[in-house]
Amino acid sequence: MTLATETQTRSRGLAARFFNHRDLSLMQRRARSAWLLVAPALILLFSVAAWPLLRTFYYSLTDASLNAPGEAAFIGLSNYLDMGGDFAFGVLADPLWWRAVTNTLLFSATTVSMELVLGMLVALLLHQKFAGRTILRTAMLIPWAIPTIVSAKMWGWMFHDQYGVVNDLLAKLGFIEEPLAWVAVPELSMWAVIIAEVWKTTPFMALMLLAALQMIPEDLYESARLEGASAWQRFWRITLPLIKPAMIVALIFRTLDALRVFDLIYVLTSNSEATISISGYSRQLLVEYQDMGGGSAASVLVFMLVAGVAVSYLFIGRVKLNETGGHH
Amino acid sequence: MSFTPAPRWHKLLGRTGLYLAAVVVFVVSVFPFYYAFLTSLRSGQDLFTPSYLPEVFDWSNYVSVLSDTGIARSLFNSFAVATLTVGGCLLVSITASFALARIQFRGKGTLLLTILCFSMFPQVAVLSGMFELIRLFGLYDNLGALILSYLTFSLPFTVWVLTTFMRSLPGDLEEAGIMDGASLWVTITRIYAPLLAPAMITTGLLAFIGAWNEFMFALTFVISPENRTVPVAISMLQGASRFELPWANIMASSVLATLPIIVLVLIFQRRIVSGLTSGAVKG
Repeated sequence: MTLATETQTRSRGLAARFFNHRDLSLMQRRARSAWLLVAPALILLFSVAAWPLLRTFYYSLTDASLNAPGEAAFIGLSNYLDMGGDFAFGVLADPLWWRAVTNTLLFSATTVSMELVLGMLVALLLHQKFAGRTILRTAMLIPWAIPTIVSAKMWGWMFHDQYGVVNDLLAKLGFIEEPLAWVAVPELSMWAVIIAEVWKTTPFMALMLLAALQMIPEDLYESARLEGASAWQRFWRITLPLIKPAMIVALIFRTLDALRVFDLIYVLTSNSEATISISGYSRQLLVEYQDMGGGSAASVLVFMLVAGVAVSYLFIGRVKLNETGGHH
Repeated sequence: MSFTPAPRWHKLLGRTGLYLAAVVVFVVSVFPFYYAFLTSLRSGQDLFTPSYLPEVFDWSNYVSVLSDTGIARSLFNSFAVATLTVGGCLLVSITASFALARIQFRGKGTLLLTILCFSMFPQVAVLSGMFELIRLFGLYDNLGALILSYLTFSLPFTVWVLTTFMRSLPGDLEEAGIMDGASLWVTITRIYAPLLAPAMITTGLLAFIGAWNEFMFALTFVISPENRTVPVAISMLQGASRFELPWANIMASSVLATLPIIVLVLIFQRRIVSGLTSGAVKG
């Protein structure tokens, strides 16, 4: 917002200075060329994102099969819920869909809150001055950069029930007597997935928060210290309010990312019922069962869920930000 | 209230705790990849006893992975797809980001919001529509399908990040251009594009990593083994029996798939960190 107005004032000042009598026509010409400049990106974006999205909406209302989408007939909302027969049909009547919703919400809430706490701790650590700080920051980029599939395979190997290091370490430390089947047992497999995800994404959160921490002027802390504020008070009264805008942005990014999780679960736990996500469910219906109509309906539901969460985040964020007087 | 310095032992304790925490974070960050590397150097019965230090340096898994399993081909496919995707995105992003950052026009806010939304929406939401589009162009089971589908998430990303960078460039340059009577096109290509080179490297790298790591589209739109990208190839590595995965080969392929990315990240780490965080902190 500020940047937009900034540009505006700047252009106006510029126009007034150099083109007093012609400034309107210049602004108009620039506005016209602006559309020309964004056109290639916009057209591409429309054809590879907006159009397929609209088609997914359309297919969700048909009985299309992935083999022959051309022979689709319009069937209304039956893919979502069909109460017509003796039993209810459709995605919303499928217990596995609701299982996937629970899994995804549990996964997202747990991973994002763990990332926030751990990321905050790591960011505070990296904000201190100590030998080896740069090396640590570099090392933290490794989990972030590793392809999710590689991370899934690595953790799958470490969680191996017979030969895995996780069981080996836990046994050596005396926590377990029998090896645990991390990936296979339903109660454990979600935790295996969560641990692998938190390992991979905490660095992103930490780096975001660190960047925000580094923008807080040091003298704020200095004066607080002189007035006798404890470290805890300094954190709650200075650090947290000042990094809140960046924190909310990082939270939105991470939550939306977690809600669409697919790769990790597909590879680490083979889309098992205990861990399958809504994206995994939709893709399974669409690709493996060739049910283009049902798969599209599930995809639309995924889209609406993610969009709903995004909107409520923005709403909560805005309300809170307005209370504290805006984040500029 | 006066400021009393903490006692010396207190300080010492704090320092020890700090270094202890640093060591823990370091080990947790690095260990899984280190362990994957260790595993990739071992074979046969050795695999079945966990070990934490390198004892053997046996590169035979790498040889077998590169010669037998088609990983070499997949590495090439991944490289080609990621490079072409990023190249295309950057090309159309330059002019778009100039307009979005430097020109005031009606509908700009909505446009920016739309682009941001596109960069965040779930991939699965376009899956069936994309299927149709790919079939329409006859690109099914072709690397072109991946380039086309990767634009859905790469393009909004590059436009967004480049716009953020473009805003931080000084506006006087443009004034100078206008003074000299340069057209908008000349201003962009001669004045801004060269200045934007570092930002384009950063944005390009981040987009490259995104394309290199992508899995869902690569799994869905390509079926022939020779057209697979690295993540799909790794996920499909099978052993002699259905029940025993070839872990040493999987780890060797994993190291091969990750190494190029890690090298890029280590070389450009400063840029990458600033690119990752710029949108959020300044936004």
